[in-house]
Amino acid sequence: MNPVITVENLSHSFGDHLVLKEITLRIGEGEIFGLLGPSGAGKTTLINILTGQLAQTEGLAELLGKDTRKLTEREHRQIGTMLDNAGLYERLSAYENLSFYADIYHLSRGTVCDLLKRFGLYEARKTPVAKLSKGMTNRLSLARALMNDAKVLFLDEPTSGLDPATMREIHAVLKEQKERGATIFLTTHNMFEAQSLCDKVALLSEGSLLEYASPADICKKYNRLNRIEISFTDGKKVSLENNGQAASLLKEYLEHSQIETIHSTEPTLETVFIELTGKGLD
Amino acid sequence: MNNICAIFKKQMKDTFKNKTILIQFVMFPVLTILMNSAVKIDGMPERFFVNLFAAMYAAMAPLTSIAAIIAEEKEKNTLRVLRMSNVKPHEYLLGVGSSVWLACMLGSAVICAAGNYGLKASLFFMSVMAAGILASLLIGAAIGTGSRTQMTATSVTVPVMMIVSFLPMLATFNETIAQIAEYVYSQQVSCMLSQADSLHVEGFRLWIIAVNMGIAGILFRAAYKKCGLA
Repeated sequence: MNPVITVENLSHSFGDHLVLKEITLRIGEGEIFGLLGPSGAGKTTLINILTGQLAQTEGLAELLGKDTRKLTEREHRQIGTMLDNAGLYERLSAYENLSFYADIYHLSRGTVCDLLKRFGLYEARKTPVAKLSKGMTNRLSLARALMNDAKVLFLDEPTSGLDPATMREIHAVLKEQKERGATIFLTTHNMFEAQSLCDKVALLSEGSLLEYASPADICKKYNRLNRIEISFTDGKKVSLENNGQAASLLKEYLEHSQIETIHSTEPTLETVFIELTGKGLD
Repeated sequence: MNNICAIFKKQMKDTFKNKTILIQFVMFPVLTILMNSAVKIDGMPERFFVNLFAAMYAAMAPLTSIAAIIAEEKEKNTLRVLRMSNVKPHEYLLGVGSSVWLACMLGSAVICAAGNYGLKASLFFMSVMAAGILASLLIGAAIGTGSRTQMTATSVTVPVMMIVSFLPMLATFNETIAQIAEYVYSQQVSCMLSQADSLHVEGFRLWIIAVNMGIAGILFRAAYKKCGLA
């Protein structure tokens, strides 16, 4: 898989404050990558560097094979961005916002209408952004990010504060984009989102990368207990070590239909993060 | 050029929907028409309100509006998204600056019409206003660029705007203030506007406006270097 984003030993500091410390990442084409970390971890700084808004202090950052400090119009046209703070013009309508970006990207008004229909915003096209719901604003922001069929999408908290239904809609759009071959770089606090959506995730804390692998691999790596927890129909609970003995016991329980639930003790990304940093993601 | 036109169009639409900004463009032209037609005092210089409000308009409206527009775009992250969409800083500034400049020129045209000038004097009046508006735009852009939020921009804009816009009026009451005001572009705009009928321009007045623009340009450069546009 061709690397679309390459980061090697990248560090960045604002004055004396080191915000990113020797970060190394390789994100391939068509991959969904999740950057997880609490506020102030350095996520936005990394996005700023990767999109050419900020020059790193040390190390290498490449986007589509080009040094991010030297990105040209060609690369910029292949980037789509959605920021946590939507970045839309509140007094302008949904249609006017997309039309403005259509002018920037040399796209037709037909594309704008298609996008509005696709994201369920056509009926509200004349409504000023300030009067749209949070879910609609996020969908509009995502529509703007996708309007130029970008090869790389930078999505900063795309589902933050959304209801589960809208969140599912956005996840479906992101999966569609992945199938199209787009590479998605997203930041999130939502562990469920990261686990279900991302091919790879990186845990970032105070500018350092703590882990970088697939969510399943990270969870397996920190599955120190390696146990199975069973709750029975009569309300009893047992915890078994995950080995051959547990298998025969399980068979017996299943034969007698005594089991209500079975869970492995595999940690979630959140518990791994808490274990590594001693604090949560919020 | 495409990006500049797109930003210009967007800014025009946004301005018409932004009452706070719109009122700054409309207030002085309306005030000029009202005062010019309603107040007639014996011994009052000809076109007193036209000259007074025109100089205040050139100093106030572009300065406050462009500072507010840039600061708002920075605060609400729209400028950051624009920069990520390959819009260059100069394209953004030209797009926004030209829309504010045009809106102010339209307002100036209304003030000029209220003055009932002949064709040549009208052209002279509009040229002087164009220069004054440009100087104010540079100062406003420097303030907007140097501010992270609209609140910060307003706290800097208000005193600066008060000084440059009220100096021509205060200069008529006090000799010392008049001497100081000579070095400020708004006073030179006011003096040149009062000579619009004679089409007379003293070279030093243009020089003072040019030096003021140069200083504003340096301030803008410093603000841009320190804070950037995103």
